Amino acid sequence: MADKIYRINMSTLSTAVEEVPAQWQGHGGRGLTSTIIAAEVEPSCHPLGPGNKLVFAPGLLSGTTAANSGRLSCGAKSPLTGTIKEANAGGTSAQLLARLGIKALIIEGLPQEERWYSLAIDEQGITINEETELIGKGNYAVIEAMGQRIGAKTGVISIGQAGELKMSGANISIKDPDARIRSCGRGGLGAVMGSKRIKYISIVPTDKKVAIADPEAFKAANRTFAKALVDNPISQALGQYGTNVLVNIINEAGALPTRNFTTGQFEGHEEISGETMYDTIVERGGKPKHNCHAGCVINCSQVYNGPDKEYRTSGFEYESIWAMGADCCVDNLDYIAQADNLMDDIGLDTIETSVAFGVAMEAGVLEFGDGAGICRMLSEEIAQGTPLGRIIGNGAGSVGRAFGVTRVPVVKNQAIPAYDPRAIKGIGITYATSTQGADHTMGYTIATNILGVGGSVDPLSHEGQVELSRNLQIATAAIDSTGMCLFIAFAALDDANCLPALIEMINARFGINLTADDVTNLGKTILKTERAFNQAAGFTNLDDRLPEFFSQEPIAPHNVVWDIPGEKIDTFWDF
Amino acid sequence: MKITVKLFAYFRENRFLREDQDLPAGTTVGDIISSLGIDPEEVGVTMINSRHCALDQAVQENDQVAIFPVIGGG
Repeated sequence: MADKIYRINMSTLSTAVEEVPAQWQGHGGRGLTSTIIAAEVEPSCHPLGPGNKLVFAPGLLSGTTAANSGRLSCGAKSPLTGTIKEANAGGTSAQLLARLGIKALIIEGLPQEERWYSLAIDEQGITINEETELIGKGNYAVIEAMGQRIGAKTGVISIGQAGELKMSGANISIKDPDARIRSCGRGGLGAVMGSKRIKYISIVPTDKKVAIADPEAFKAANRTFAKALVDNPISQALGQYGTNVLVNIINEAGALPTRNFTTGQFEGHEEISGETMYDTIVERGGKPKHNCHAGCVINCSQVYNGPDKEYRTSGFEYESIWAMGADCCVDNLDYIAQADNLMDDIGLDTIETSVAFGVAMEAGVLEFGDGAGICRMLSEEIAQGTPLGRIIGNGAGSVGRAFGVTRVPVVKNQAIPAYDPRAIKGIGITYATSTQGADHTMGYTIATNILGVGGSVDPLSHEGQVELSRNLQIATAAIDSTGMCLFIAFAALDDANCLPALIEMINARFGINLTADDVTNLGKTILKTERAFNQAAGFTNLDDRLPEFFSQEPIAPHNVVWDIPGEKIDTFWDF
Repeated sequence: MKITVKLFAYFRENRFLREDQDLPAGTTVGDIISSLGIDPEEVGVTMINSRHCALDQAVQENDQVAIFPVIGGG
């Protein structure tokens, strides 16, 4: 049976099942969400108004046995940036949707009444139901209720209080195989779901399988692909230390933004490092390795326990730990774990919210290093929707405007993550030119600027940074369309067997003959589609710039400023 | 010649996190790696004073040498 589009109209509270238009057939994941948003959403619309749409799409390989293919893309016009937006996450929902033959969910319109709803998806189709009991509750309460009402294996996509309150830092949570949370984190997509008054989407598992055009070729390619991932030394290090292995190397490189981006090294780096985290997890009986979706062979997630050996958090990522740690000067992993879990429950992007706390600390709202204060404000201010809670919950830019702070690390109003662009210039190009505001995952130049993956480009030089960022942004747009975790890129950059096997799997799944050039062209087309949307929404090349303070304030220890001229940044789009 | 060597991730196992060493002039980063019994194949990144360096680079008085295995994240 051919895949279908499920369209949900919240203005009329009606649903429709549609054939996939020919021009959307070759798309999945980010390519599909961005293509649909560009085709159906007026770029000048208010992101929280009736004109915006929220689109969910599994990747091209999601739901198959392909290793690491369980990412779900979510797209809309972002209330944080005003640009087009795609955020993707693991969890179980991408695979469940794909096996039900759902190529995309398109949620449009706004309800006429002040009621809350849920969407229920199963083999029979999709229904809209009123929800009362779970309104005002966190994501964990939703996941628990779905387990009781429907069954333990139910897929859940939900928003917490932040999404209900339409905060620009609100994310969308995806239940993982252990009933924990993965997040479509960036850009405030939870607020879009909240504007449509949908608290959660439940997905009942099916026994159906994704159709594979050439099962033998698929199996052989998947074996090669999985081997390339498993054999890669970076995959192995990710399994042991998680992504937080980066704290010490980025600190050593002098690029760990500290104390609201005022210096590049954090005195407490060892306390929050991946090495310390690993030792703590082992000592307290947690799990250093954990997968966010079935079929992941990298296992970068983990289960982190408190001193009482009870669960605190999982999916404890470098960027979250950096943001609460170095940027807010909290040198205590237990406070950071508590805050991480609170943000998962309230439904907040850990990067946006923690960088917002860093700006709030500079403004004197609380002291740098006050981990207990962050946890208290998350529960008592943001989750409750107090005026101060809303200012912080709307992100770093919001805090800067409210308190008159000028050192506000954002591009297109989205918080800059864990790598200082003054000391790693390639990532500055990515922050500036990304179609979605500052986002390291859009073109992860850290691989080549710092980690020596895919060659080597001096992080402090001007040379080669635009080309590096461009090539990575094109490749990333394509990978984000497959349902693959971005961490396959480490193997893809250095193992000649990896990428051909991935393309072979796509060909075997659909019975087509894509070449490597086709995949590159797909990435280029996606970037251009996204940029055209942003231009129609009013963005120009002058928005592709970093905040002024980066070119005025040198960062230690290298004492460098951001000094790549605008004209050079603009050459990014010469393709 | 006094220098400081810093090890990261699993290179620390049965070795050290940070150690001051007294080395003869002309010692290279590769020499330090060999002296620690680290397989050069496992080395991902080396830095001297927060700047990337090659294995044949000689260290100088008061240098901070950082040695990382092949790692990634993001």
